[in-house]
Amino acid sequence: MSAKEPGQTQKHKIISDRANQLSPSGIRKFFDLLANMDGVISLGVGEPDYATPWHISEAAVKSLEKGYTMYTSNSGMPELREETAKHLKEKYNIEYDPYGEILMTVGVSEALDLAMRAIINPGDEVIMPDPHYVAYDSCVILAGGKPVMVPTNQKNNFEVEAKDIEARITKKTKAILIGYPANPTGAVMEKQKLLDIAGVARRHHLTVISDEIYARLTYGVEHTCFASLPGVRENTILLGGFSKAYAMTGWRIGYAVAPKEIIAAMTKIHQYTIMSAPTPAQVAAIEALKTGEPDVVEMVEDYNRRRKVIVKGLNDIGLPCFEPKGAFYAFPSIKVTGMNSEEFSERLLTEEKVAVVPGSAFGECGEGYVRCCYATSLAEIEEALTRMGRFVKKYKK
Amino acid sequence: MLKDILKILENDARTTDKQIATMTGMPVAEVNKVIKQAEKERIILKYKTVVNWDRLEGDEQVWALIEVKVKPEPEVGFDSIAGRIALFEQVRSLFLASGTYDLLVVVVGKSEHKVADFVSQNLAHIEGVQGTVTHFVLKRYKDDGEILEGGEGVKRQPVIL
Repeated sequence: MSAKEPGQTQKHKIISDRANQLSPSGIRKFFDLLANMDGVISLGVGEPDYATPWHISEAAVKSLEKGYTMYTSNSGMPELREETAKHLKEKYNIEYDPYGEILMTVGVSEALDLAMRAIINPGDEVIMPDPHYVAYDSCVILAGGKPVMVPTNQKNNFEVEAKDIEARITKKTKAILIGYPANPTGAVMEKQKLLDIAGVARRHHLTVISDEIYARLTYGVEHTCFASLPGVRENTILLGGFSKAYAMTGWRIGYAVAPKEIIAAMTKIHQYTIMSAPTPAQVAAIEALKTGEPDVVEMVEDYNRRRKVIVKGLNDIGLPCFEPKGAFYAFPSIKVTGMNSEEFSERLLTEEKVAVVPGSAFGECGEGYVRCCYATSLAEIEEALTRMGRFVKKYKK
Repeated sequence: MLKDILKILENDARTTDKQIATMTGMPVAEVNKVIKQAEKERIILKYKTVVNWDRLEGDEQVWALIEVKVKPEPEVGFDSIAGRIALFEQVRSLFLASGTYDLLVVVVGKSEHKVADFVSQNLAHIEGVQGTVTHFVLKRYKDDGEILEGGEGVKRQPVIL
């Protein structure tokens, strides 16, 4: 046995600077706390509370029975790429070649990582809204780039403004990364604002990565697919997936679509790191695209009911909340309590057993807010609101 | 709007008018009016609870599916006989079906004996009933859209993102 204990110095030698550069998740400790508590209502988990519609799961089960257990083509099963192309054409009137412009990935998470690694050189800057999904800045850092934040706020319904993006463009700017409908705010973007961003990207020759995993979850507004805007096709990487719309988070299946040159680069990285997306998940995804539409409609109707209950409820108990028109998150301000978002979340969990995610986990501009996921039963939402109401009353300044 | 309300109530009959109003964006008074009208028109028949009696020791139920062959009556066809069968409180559901028999009767009783009594003493004697085949239910897996065992709970792990 070596006499040397692996101390802090040693550890730093083992772990790369790049990994050390990633901020540790500030949320982790809540979930450690949560694991040891009974009777907690969690508005923390960012995934549907539905199981995957059975006919979709069954398609995968049947494929396993038939022995479809091997790798697929690196790009994904041809039928799945064709169905994805058809879906994008039908929904957004955009045309992508299933043979060369579509890559099936292990969720949007992988697609995002690939996109960053395919386009970023060391020191390149990627502009993104703040607050944003927790993986955005991390993926940029892992690819050797530098995330640059554009503040957004409740006054603007957390929509990112083209002029604010333009103001942050430097010689090193390579890309703009947006994700609407947004996690954690539930914000959607007006078409005109997306057009403005498209204009900025074109003028400055920037690539736009548009994460549209929540595209199907909008309420009373039509989703505008960034790639469908005029003149953006050549410099847009569109990311999408099945997790949220079809309640398929655990299957890990998503896709990237982009012009050939970009997809070829992404596929190269994908083939060395992943090989191919899980085969049963690809089969399930084909079934989802072919016959899953009624399920999506049904689930969206249901989310919408819960959305209305939670938004009204949060406002009623004194936590001002703008109307989120997408995803399944409400993002109320907790400033009336005088606490920061981490303190609020921690005390709400220990005192009232309701788990929410501190907004600060999603960037500096998330401070003063908490993310409440309403993909949970109405009864739980109402009980959570009662408990939160009690909590706010106690601490309201 | 009626359809939205019905979907909500079909899923949870205890949802209050106020809650429905929030979910649909309609005024409470309007929700109340639509529901009252639906009740009047017998679109809403009743508000019930899905109970799994098998979980109560001593209160287990015996279910039977009974195929009934019937001689249709002139002019009224099957309706008049079906109407008579439906009157028995043991009859939980009653359907006219295509295939080798005419009526499918779902009967619930306290014991197999009680169900057998119903068939031999009540059902078989109704005029026009030509024959019955009784299938006792061995196990109920799903009823009224609800999975009875093992269907509970969301299998989520405490992840974050």
